[in-house]
Amino acid sequence: MEVLIYLIPIALFLGGAGLVAFLWSLRSGQYDDMEGPKWRILDDGDLQENSAPVEAAKRKVS
Amino acid sequence: MSAPERDWAAFVTNTDDGKAHMDLAVDGITCAACMYEIERGLQKLDGVEKARVNLSSHRLSVDWDGEKTNPSPIVDLLQRLGYKAYPFDPAQVKSRGDAVGKEILRALAISGFAAMNIMLLSISIWSGNASDIDPETRSFFHWISALIALPTVVYSGRIFFRSAYMAVKTGRLNMDVPITIGVLLATGLSMWQTVQEAEHAYFDSAVMLLFFLLVGRYCDHLMRRKTRSFAENLATLKAESAAKIQEDGSALDVPLSKLSVGDRVLVRAGERISVDGKISTGTSEVDQSLVTGETLLQPVGEGDLVYAGTMNTYGVLEIEVTAAAKGTLLDEVNRLLETAMEGRSKYVHIADRASQLYAPVVHAAALLTLVGWIMLGMAWQPALVIAISVLIITCPCALGLAIPAVQVVASGLFFNERVLLNAGDAIERLATVDTIVFDKTGTLTLPETSLSEKHDLSADQLELAGRLALSSSHPLSQAIARATGAQQALLDAKESAGKGVEAIIDGVPAKLGSPAFCGVSDEQLEQAKILQPDASFVAFQSGDKAAQLLPVGQFMREGATDTIQKLKTAGFTIEIFSGDHKGAVEHAARVLGVETWQAAMKPQDKIDHIEELKAQGKKVLMVGDGLNDAPSLAAANVSISPVSAVHVSQAAADAVFLGDSLAPVMSALTISKKARWVMNQNLAISVVYNMIAVPFAVLGFVTPLVAALAMSGSSIIVTLNAVRLRMLAGSSTQPNSEA
Repeated sequence: MEVLIYLIPIALFLGGAGLVAFLWSLRSGQYDDMEGPKWRILDDGDLQENSAPVEAAKRKVS
Repeated sequence: MSAPERDWAAFVTNTDDGKAHMDLAVDGITCAACMYEIERGLQKLDGVEKARVNLSSHRLSVDWDGEKTNPSPIVDLLQRLGYKAYPFDPAQVKSRGDAVGKEILRALAISGFAAMNIMLLSISIWSGNASDIDPETRSFFHWISALIALPTVVYSGRIFFRSAYMAVKTGRLNMDVPITIGVLLATGLSMWQTVQEAEHAYFDSAVMLLFFLLVGRYCDHLMRRKTRSFAENLATLKAESAAKIQEDGSALDVPLSKLSVGDRVLVRAGERISVDGKISTGTSEVDQSLVTGETLLQPVGEGDLVYAGTMNTYGVLEIEVTAAAKGTLLDEVNRLLETAMEGRSKYVHIADRASQLYAPVVHAAALLTLVGWIMLGMAWQPALVIAISVLIITCPCALGLAIPAVQVVASGLFFNERVLLNAGDAIERLATVDTIVFDKTGTLTLPETSLSEKHDLSADQLELAGRLALSSSHPLSQAIARATGAQQALLDAKESAGKGVEAIIDGVPAKLGSPAFCGVSDEQLEQAKILQPDASFVAFQSGDKAAQLLPVGQFMREGATDTIQKLKTAGFTIEIFSGDHKGAVEHAARVLGVETWQAAMKPQDKIDHIEELKAQGKKVLMVGDGLNDAPSLAAANVSISPVSAVHVSQAAADAVFLGDSLAPVMSALTISKKARWVMNQNLAISVVYNMIAVPFAVLGFVTPLVAALAMSGSSIIVTLNAVRLRMLAGSSTQPNSEA
């Protein structure tokens, strides 16, 4: 049963790490907007500057 | 007539790193594309550091370098993109973040972490007790559980302890009192057992109870936050600011909180007056419909009093602020509102009513158990353990979730029907309603004036009338311009203030204005008024042909007649209480088929009549929007406002409905009836659960394992039953077609 001496602290540490991560995400305002972020990933407006490979691919097709 | 400069300093705050910051409510954000457009557009502006749209609250937060730019180009850009934006007055939005929500969420996270880890240890103990755990290991596990549980109970339990303390201090009993007693006793007993190296400890029950209850609390909070942020945006977009006249004679747009008595304010034609005051120069007519319900325009001149919320029609007014003076209308309304609100707070929530019955019974049962076992010759310590286990197993976990779980599901259904709830308990109160009192102006009728279909102008004439109307800022002309969809104003149109507009088109003179201005005979006007008593008339004349009348007014909301008929069929008594003049109310009542109505009522009259109805044992639902309705909204058992209502009324109402149709009132009543049915079921489930569990506990058979299983089992059943409401309601209400 001596193994418990290691296992219990490890279990508590893992749980605690999850808790700290959650509290950090809460503090940094990640729960303020539950609607916007899921759409932001679909925004490809930031591709304009480095879209050279895409353009090249398009040219090859046509 | 250019807009006055705005006093930006009043809206801007400074961030920690020296950047200027402003929060704006933005109207017109419908989807994610709007969000990209705004953010990208703003980021291109020189000096803007950060622009972020919150898509759930429709707010924009901008940080910029105060030396490089100022807020004007930001708001101008939004305007160009097609969004109406208005900055929040930092004085009115006290806390930028959602402090209460974050506190609950933190408590929830900590209790969740604790519940998981304690359960891990508890399951080992339970299985160990069944096989061959040695007492040292068990004791070690109990001590670790205690180390996790004690700080958790103190931190996560605070929310309940605080509320229970407040309740006991004022001599009431609420849900949180038995919760607090249960959690504290379970923790205390477990500590005692741990020190004694006994076989059982109930840390898992205490912490799991907190976790389940906090889930309910957070859902409840989310629902109310949604409505509140909507209401705040609306209030801000109504631009509660005023053009203050500076010492040098120029006008500066300032938020209302920066105005003081004696300041002079400029109100131009077609603007809403935002302060109570006395006119120092200028004459005009004001539209008081939002304040008193009266739809006829009232002429005002120098020295007359005007009230916040009224609309200035054609003249430019200079107003001296008297808001602080006693006896103004808003002051009167606020006083009535306070008294009426006190009446409302006497309502006891269904959950608290249940706990008032429940707490004495359970606590008496625990006491009887203790006394009974001692009399049967048991030592006091094991007897106490059994008595406390009675309290733990009956701890109102299911009771605490029974109502919030239903409220959350119901508020989602309400949202689909375009109704936003201000108060969670509004659902319970809506379900008992039998009498519905409607205000007329702005509630049964549309809040904005519009053009009636009943006129005999040809399409060409109508287009011309629309273009003429564009040159005038009078509300009636604006209604015509909106109705005709006119875009191009006539360049040489001349406006005679208070009379009308004239212009020469292709050599033919055309006139649009008051009937007298266009030479309409009194008989013709009288006849038209008999046909449409709820309309005001604008005349149109082209060349030297006879003038024609355009009826303009606040007409019935879409589906008003239909909804009233449905409500009557469903067995509700309908009444109309209006501040408008008799003719208009009578006409509306006849069209809608409502027999009981009262006209020309003052705010106090409305309250008196509602109190009378309540005294007869009726449960009254008030639907109203005006400033004059606010006190009666608070006085009624439950109340609903349209989204176009004045801020005070929205705050006083239990729910707000969106859009131009009156149909949401009907769906709100239907959904709440079903929700109430499910709430009662849930309470019944909790009672049955207790009836089964208590005898076992009294006999001393409740081990921690049984307590934990019973507690989570009953919570889950109650929550699943609440979700069933969605299916129950789904059969009768249509899903929202607009996203």
